[in-house]
Amino acid sequence: MVAEVKEKKPIVEITGFKQYFNEGKKTEVRAVNDVSFTIYEGETFGLVGESGSGKSTTGRALIKLGDFTDGQILYKGQDIAKIHGRKKLLDFRKSMQMIFQDPYASLNPRITVKDIVGGALKVHGLYKNNKERTERVYELLEAVGLSKEFANRYPKEFSGGQCQRVGIARALAVEPDFIIADEAISALDVSIQAQVVNLLKELKEENNLTYLFIAHDLSMVKYISDRIGVMNSGRMLEVAHADELYLAPLHPYTESLLSAIPTPDPENERNRVRTEYDPKYHQYEDMHKVSLHEIAPDHYIYCHENEIEVYRKKRERLLREGQKYA
Amino acid sequence: MDNTNVLEVKDLAISFKTFEGKVQAVRGVNFELKKGETLAIVGESGSGKSVSTKAVNRLLPEKNSIIESGQILFEDKDLLTISDKEMQKIRGNDIAMIFQDPMTSLNPTMQVGRQIAEPMMKHQGLTKEESTQKAIELMKLVGIKNPQQTHKHYPHQFSGGMRQRGMIAISLACEPKILIADEPTTALDVTIQAQILNLMNDLKKDLDTSIIFITHDLGVVAQMADRVAVMYAGQIVEIGTADEIFYNPMHPYTWGLLASMPTLDIHQTDLYNIPGSPPNLLHPPEGDAFAPRNEFALAIDFEKEPEMFKVTDTHYAKTWLLHPEAPSVTPPAEVVRRKQKYERLYAEKKNERHVGGEVVGSRG
Repeated sequence: MVAEVKEKKPIVEITGFKQYFNEGKKTEVRAVNDVSFTIYEGETFGLVGESGSGKSTTGRALIKLGDFTDGQILYKGQDIAKIHGRKKLLDFRKSMQMIFQDPYASLNPRITVKDIVGGALKVHGLYKNNKERTERVYELLEAVGLSKEFANRYPKEFSGGQCQRVGIARALAVEPDFIIADEAISALDVSIQAQVVNLLKELKEENNLTYLFIAHDLSMVKYISDRIGVMNSGRMLEVAHADELYLAPLHPYTESLLSAIPTPDPENERNRVRTEYDPKYHQYEDMHKVSLHEIAPDHYIYCHENEIEVYRKKRERLLREGQKYA
Repeated sequence: MDNTNVLEVKDLAISFKTFEGKVQAVRGVNFELKKGETLAIVGESGSGKSVSTKAVNRLLPEKNSIIESGQILFEDKDLLTISDKEMQKIRGNDIAMIFQDPMTSLNPTMQVGRQIAEPMMKHQGLTKEESTQKAIELMKLVGIKNPQQTHKHYPHQFSGGMRQRGMIAISLACEPKILIADEPTTALDVTIQAQILNLMNDLKKDLDTSIIFITHDLGVVAQMADRVAVMYAGQIVEIGTADEIFYNPMHPYTWGLLASMPTLDIHQTDLYNIPGSPPNLLHPPEGDAFAPRNEFALAIDFEKEPEMFKVTDTHYAKTWLLHPEAPSVTPPAEVVRRKQKYERLYAEKKNERHVGGEVVGSRG
């Protein structure tokens, strides 16, 4: 389902992004170490990796929740590190919104849904009078599949799936262009996950949104994303179109990640061979020749210059084999 | 795997007292566990899967839980009626449990090795030295590196995957006949999950333990289970062998669950979803609890609860669609695809048997 991106206009450009915690101290953690990628307007970019891989850190830096160590992040051509002052920040945040993982913890338990969703409208002064605000909240609730009677209730009265819908309505309230969904469905039940993912897809079409979809569940990421980036130990190891990544996973880490997902099919599971990833693939002697190289159009691998040819051949072989089964 | 039952749960019903009234968490559950098999119980949160297995180990809070009816038979004893003292001899010894969250289910103030040794001292009367030795062996068995040193470590010095291995070592300490694993890998990363599941499968083969595996992840079920029970709103709605549930499901809820899982096939364009959310068990609906969310619901579903219809000797489903007078319906596309695979697999198996029984050389 590669939705053709009509004109490839970058909305987010990240170059050489680094985030170190406790910098210079003994306890220094290099959460993200030199990551570069681009997100184009109108696409869904999936970011996957295990816990500690730096995917959430990347998302948080992108929406300016804290300062980062090094690198440059451009949002619509503007350097986000240079956004200062209340008015500029408001503009930035109006354009970029986030949906969080825990649907209960990310809603204020002491205010009603109307105030949660309407709060964003108030901050940005997007209504003239209370009647208009209420109307807009009703509209938003309906857009995410909740009835307007819910407006006067508190978060505790909702199920996890409903809370997540409220969180989505809140993010949509300011009519953003770009939404970061950080593990937005991981806390939900299987049948509810499908509902929320389908809702996100519909809303994207209706409102012309761009998503950064951060998750560890690869099968869901594949379903929703146009392109996927795979992270491990603070590095971006592979970036490719969703279908290509599943057909021709090139980096050994991507392979191991894919082979570890259990599929709901007992016959496949009985015949499955799992590959294990050996982190020595990260360690190169001459680091200056190691970076994200483009193996094929839009397919990037973190590797040494000398390995490019090997990966190219591997890709061709995998694609040939894939066609045989298709 | 042989056919003797190690555990039988009969007509189990459990309620909880709350301020708003009685929540009927489990409403008449029947299943049996055979020797050496893995029975997976799947269902959404609140479907009663954890509550019914906690009842097996008598771990429900006595203050507000009420066993309305039922029997849990283990070695000719009804676990619901025996004394607390007798239960203590069984719990952790014959029936052990692995919990979901390895972060909170280990004692943070106690060395991991000691926590593994404790049940052996309690139940088998081993001395401190003997049990420590056995604990180190167990840690090696579950793949904890360098156990000679690490048995003296505290839980915070272990990673999540290692802690879960520690939990597994504790549960295996007394070589239990039944192991209840309540979402043992939900909190772990996929690659670690794969390691833990492989470990559990190997241990099952070596020790011939029966496992009840509770999860909501159908992928994990496909990898682990011999038989599967699907729970919804406090009842088992379908039970059968793994192949029967995954390739020939009969209940519309099972259809919905299977169809709402994205596959890794390319060009998947839309994802089926079950509308609505599970019923409130304070006031369970009349008739079939799944009816309001069921696009295949018949008029009778809203009036009368269906019985368990038999599909094969091992496969039962609680839906009126299996009644001889029910109209035939077409399940979601994904399920149709699975049924085709079932026919293909079944035909292959039939052929194999056929070839096996034929006179040698008939192929030439």
